[in-house]
Amino acid sequence: MGVGAFFTSKLDEAIGWARKYSIFQYPFVTACCGMEYMATAASHYDVDRFGAGLVRFSPRQADVLFVVGTISHKMAPVLKRVYDQMCEPKWVVAFGVCTCTGGFYDNYATVMGIDTIIPVDVYIPGCPPRPESVIDGLMKLQDKIAAGAQRY
Amino acid sequence: MAETTKREIFLGEGSGTGSGSQHLLVNIGPQHPAMHGIIRIVAELDGETVVKADVEIGYLHRAFEKDCEVGGYNNAIPYTDRLNYVSPLINNFGYASAVEKLLGIEVTDRCRYIRVIMSEISRICDHLTCIGASAMELGAITVFLYMIKAREFLWELVEEVTGARLTISYGRVGGVKADLPDGFAEKARKAFQETREVLDEVNRLLTGNRIFMDRMIGVGVLSREETVAYAITGPLLRAAGVPYDVRRAQPYWAYDRVEFEVPTQKDGDNYARYLVRMAEMEQSMRISEQALADLPGGPVNVDHEGRPIDPAAYVDRGKQGKTAGLLLLPLTLSPNLQGQSRRALEQVNSGDKRVTLPPKEDTYGSIEGLMNHFMLIMEGSGIRPPAGEAYFPVEGANGELGFYVVSDGSDRPYRVRCRPPCLPPLAALHRLLEGGMVADVVPSFGSVNMIGGELDR
Amino acid sequence: MDGARIVETLTTRFGPAITETHSHRGDHTAVVDRAAIRAVLGFCRAEPALAFDVLMDLTAVDFLKFPGREDGPRFEVVYHLYSLEHNHRVRLKVRVEERDAVVPTAVPLWPIANWLEREVWDMFGIRFEGHPDLRRLLLYEEFEGHPLRKDYPIDRRQPLIGPKT
Repeated sequence: MGVGAFFTSKLDEAIGWARKYSIFQYPFVTACCGMEYMATAASHYDVDRFGAGLVRFSPRQADVLFVVGTISHKMAPVLKRVYDQMCEPKWVVAFGVCTCTGGFYDNYATVMGIDTIIPVDVYIPGCPPRPESVIDGLMKLQDKIAAGAQRY
Repeated sequence: MAETTKREIFLGEGSGTGSGSQHLLVNIGPQHPAMHGIIRIVAELDGETVVKADVEIGYLHRAFEKDCEVGGYNNAIPYTDRLNYVSPLINNFGYASAVEKLLGIEVTDRCRYIRVIMSEISRICDHLTCIGASAMELGAITVFLYMIKAREFLWELVEEVTGARLTISYGRVGGVKADLPDGFAEKARKAFQETREVLDEVNRLLTGNRIFMDRMIGVGVLSREETVAYAITGPLLRAAGVPYDVRRAQPYWAYDRVEFEVPTQKDGDNYARYLVRMAEMEQSMRISEQALADLPGGPVNVDHEGRPIDPAAYVDRGKQGKTAGLLLLPLTLSPNLQGQSRRALEQVNSGDKRVTLPPKEDTYGSIEGLMNHFMLIMEGSGIRPPAGEAYFPVEGANGELGFYVVSDGSDRPYRVRCRPPCLPPLAALHRLLEGGMVADVVPSFGSVNMIGGELDR
Repeated sequence: MDGARIVETLTTRFGPAITETHSHRGDHTAVVDRAAIRAVLGFCRAEPALAFDVLMDLTAVDFLKFPGREDGPRFEVVYHLYSLEHNHRVRLKVRVEERDAVVPTAVPLWPIANWLEREVWDMFGIRFEGHPDLRRLLLYEEFEGHPLRKDYPIDRRQPLIGPKT
């Protein structure tokens, strides 16, 4: 290990720090979890203090895809397309148990977990998850972002 | 070759072979920036004007009706929560009332009042979300934050009573899960006062606001005849001038014992719908306050708090066969079961042994209670309405929410149909949008208050 | 008007086309012959004493697994009508067999029937004769089968999706 490795690892840490505090989220909101998402984003449980308050309504401008709410088979191609449209580095948060595993909608219409379609980084279970859970998941995502700076 | 029109020469439209001007197809959705999420509008534009709008729904179809047939009658309650997820209590109670109608049982007076209070709180939450979201889509983000703040106060209230903020599963066939907690009336009063302050602020921000008025007045107009022909009910119908409210027309629960107005407007445009919703929130608070004041059964005075009995002594007595009088002994329930003591449950549940679960003192305290509980929960037994069907309409936040339940005499519903109040406005959406400009799609769609869970079920 | 009187008005006007009437828990229902349903609906809407200007709901029920009715007509299309002027309701039903699951459309009378009938087609596979645009409403076009039928298992996988691994 030389001086070079010290600098590059410090640089990675700096990049990780910068990335984790400037999350641009794309809320792929479909269902009830959207209400708790709104509650987390609003002033009571403010998610802006984590730097994640500015919601970009375009996948091209976002780096974290929050999949909020049940994904049905009709919606799944749309989700895949939106995910594909995002540029690296990108992370995916499965918000709510319908996106984690399908929830209690074990039927012909629901995708039983979005990780069958796209890779997921953080799973936030709950039906819907309390804003405290969401913030916990967001902080875990921040740890992952900070640690994952070397990947890109 | 056909004659080239002026538009083709000046605007460069058409393919040059004289096929005429072409319309631009813009696909709006199914992923919306606005928190609605799941509608696809394929708009055919001629410049900025929407010539044709084709609405496609079904992106949130979660098989509610099929899922309800799988389990018992009370199993469907969590599924009904997620129908209109901004006002879940109204759905719960609507479904429970439909099954009660099928069974032919009546709920207690106190339960009726509780249902009224909780439904009105839910209705206020729905209107807050609707106005907040549609204002945000127009650019008034502050209004959204204020409305969500007010909604948090109400959700704290709901959490006090039901234990959860959003998907509460509070209603049961035959009553509600638990009684209101102590001190609820005072907390509700405070929450309503804070909500009124927020509504006042929003009123000052939006109602006379020139930009808001310009964008909403005269936009998204639906005439009275068309509104009725499309079976639209709720705030959209009242904004078109028809004072139809299920709470007034066919009063249920305790709505015939409270005084309230049904606000109407004449124009049928987005601004009228906004005014109707703002006025309805005030009326909902008025109804809740009256219902809280008139709540029968009074505060639940547990005056037999008495001494907790030593569990070992209790069991010994039971083993010795000295079961007489054991049921009457005061038991202290766990704080999780607040509001579900025997006395409280008697006040809010219909007491019909075929339908409501016995209170925990009985379930754990006597073999009859345990058997009763078992029979109601396990498969093959449970709530068994006689074969038949019933339709029960309630006033949801978007209009008439009806539940049509068909029973075949077994313990599972044979068919549960939810008549969604937001399906008709979406069916008429193309009439709202056609002729308007593409920028009017957003406020018109916002004022319709589409809730995906209810629309696609 | 009282529910019983509404049904009585229909029976006096249409006679044998109303095959059955009953009332359960205060709801009055009339079972109508399929050939006459258009006329009955039109009458309900146009007749001033009835004035059913709102088609509240149009749905269907599959009686394949209903104890006691497995041999009869499989589907029942249910219409819930409401009148704003008189504040009364009625329920009308049409029974259809599985092999011949076609019902005349109500779209010319109430435009909301367009979407409601599309949903019934989607979920049950009952066709509506004369419907301008009968395609699926809630499910995608490549979906095979009609899910709310009783012989469609709730967790059947579609060919587009593939088997559960």
